[in-house]
Amino acid sequence: MRREFETACEIVQAADDVGGLQRATESLRDGLGISHVVYHWVNSRGERFGAGTYSQSWVDHYLERDYLRMDPVIIGCLQRFDPVDWKELDWSSRAARTMLQEAVEFGVGPQGYSIPIRGPAGQFALFTTADGCDDTAWSRFIAENQRDLILTAHEFNRKALAFERDFDMPTPTLSPRELAAMTHIAKGLNRAQAAAEMDISEHTLRVYIEAARHKLGALNTTHAVARALSRGLIVV
Amino acid sequence: MLRYVYAHDLARFPRLADTMFRDRAEQFRTRLGWDVSVDARGWEQDDYDALDPLYVIWEAPDGTHGGSMRFLPTIGRTMVNDHFAHLTGGVRIESPLIWECTRFCISPRAEGPAARKAAAALVLGAGEMMARAALEHFVGVFDGRMERIYRLYGVEPDVIGAAGFGAERIGVGLWEMKPEAWPKILGRLGIDRATSLRWVAQSFGGAAAPAPELKSA
Repeated sequence: MRREFETACEIVQAADDVGGLQRATESLRDGLGISHVVYHWVNSRGERFGAGTYSQSWVDHYLERDYLRMDPVIIGCLQRFDPVDWKELDWSSRAARTMLQEAVEFGVGPQGYSIPIRGPAGQFALFTTADGCDDTAWSRFIAENQRDLILTAHEFNRKALAFERDFDMPTPTLSPRELAAMTHIAKGLNRAQAAAEMDISEHTLRVYIEAARHKLGALNTTHAVARALSRGLIVV
Repeated sequence: MLRYVYAHDLARFPRLADTMFRDRAEQFRTRLGWDVSVDARGWEQDDYDALDPLYVIWEAPDGTHGGSMRFLPTIGRTMVNDHFAHLTGGVRIESPLIWECTRFCISPRAEGPAARKAAAALVLGAGEMMARAALEHFVGVFDGRMERIYRLYGVEPDVIGAAGFGAERIGVGLWEMKPEAWPKILGRLGIDRATSLRWVAQSFGGAAAPAPELKSA
């Protein structure tokens, strides 16, 4: 996980309003050196929210043209959970091509990568990065950052869900197996040793650690161990 | 060829969908004796089919279902987390990097080489989804009878936990696709990665992408 993502996720996790998410998108955009980072979501009551780096003039233009109704990124991402490169979307209609052309004039795209998230109870979110670079550079950017982008997208969504529940988020607790796995790793055992110690396969151990990482909102194993220690969940 | 189809798009492939759900009825109810529901059309479907899952479907040369499986993200509802937490040591398996894979089905109409090819194709499809969504694992529930099927096709899961014996054994397992597995799987299908990526693009590429009708390899 690159430092830029860690910083953005820390801002997200500390956020107590949409402004915090906004600062996280700006931080990530600057850190990655790309044009835009946008996170928007529809909560379970159907209300829309957004944070992101698109210019106010593009947002105004977009609303004025009512592009929400035909935006291929929105239409194409509503009913999926696999991430999508904008090139894969359906831009065949004249209206869609016009929208993309205007977006580029406003400094959005043409490259884009959107990660859809299906949350609970009909909640839905889209985390997007966009830039004006060429195809080769964009493919390289996605290949290098895909995993971190996906994990970061889910950190934004975790916070959005917390907003919806008035921050009523239970403190994560780890199950005994997760605690055991994290404790062995914290003590410096490698995965094979930890798995042997717990009498499970290394593959199973990796899934326990991954489940714990996700619960703790950490970005990698090292980070997850540090969090589990600092919160007193595990003792070495 | 492999098709990657969300449930809401199955209507675009009526023959494929019809034969898939009928083959599932034959495999899971008739042959494995599972207590699954089959509707008036002869389709086997459960609650998770209603959650708009992503199906990876091997389409046989005649356009019918050759094999398929079903994916759902583990950050949403899954069979493992809804019903089988007692088999995972109480660990809720939830991560953007893990999808659940269920209803692994090789068409009972396929035999010998055709069945083995369908199985290889499904492994390839799983690998493509791992690459596409940066996944690290698939998790799934299986019983003793499915375990034999997995063994037959060389796709045994790594078992996290299981209870019971023989055919009644229920387990939760993990799959992954290691980089070294790619050449072997592509070789079994007699295709190259470019062909596989073309199938991915045809499914996910939208109307703007070229959609040549490829003969299945």
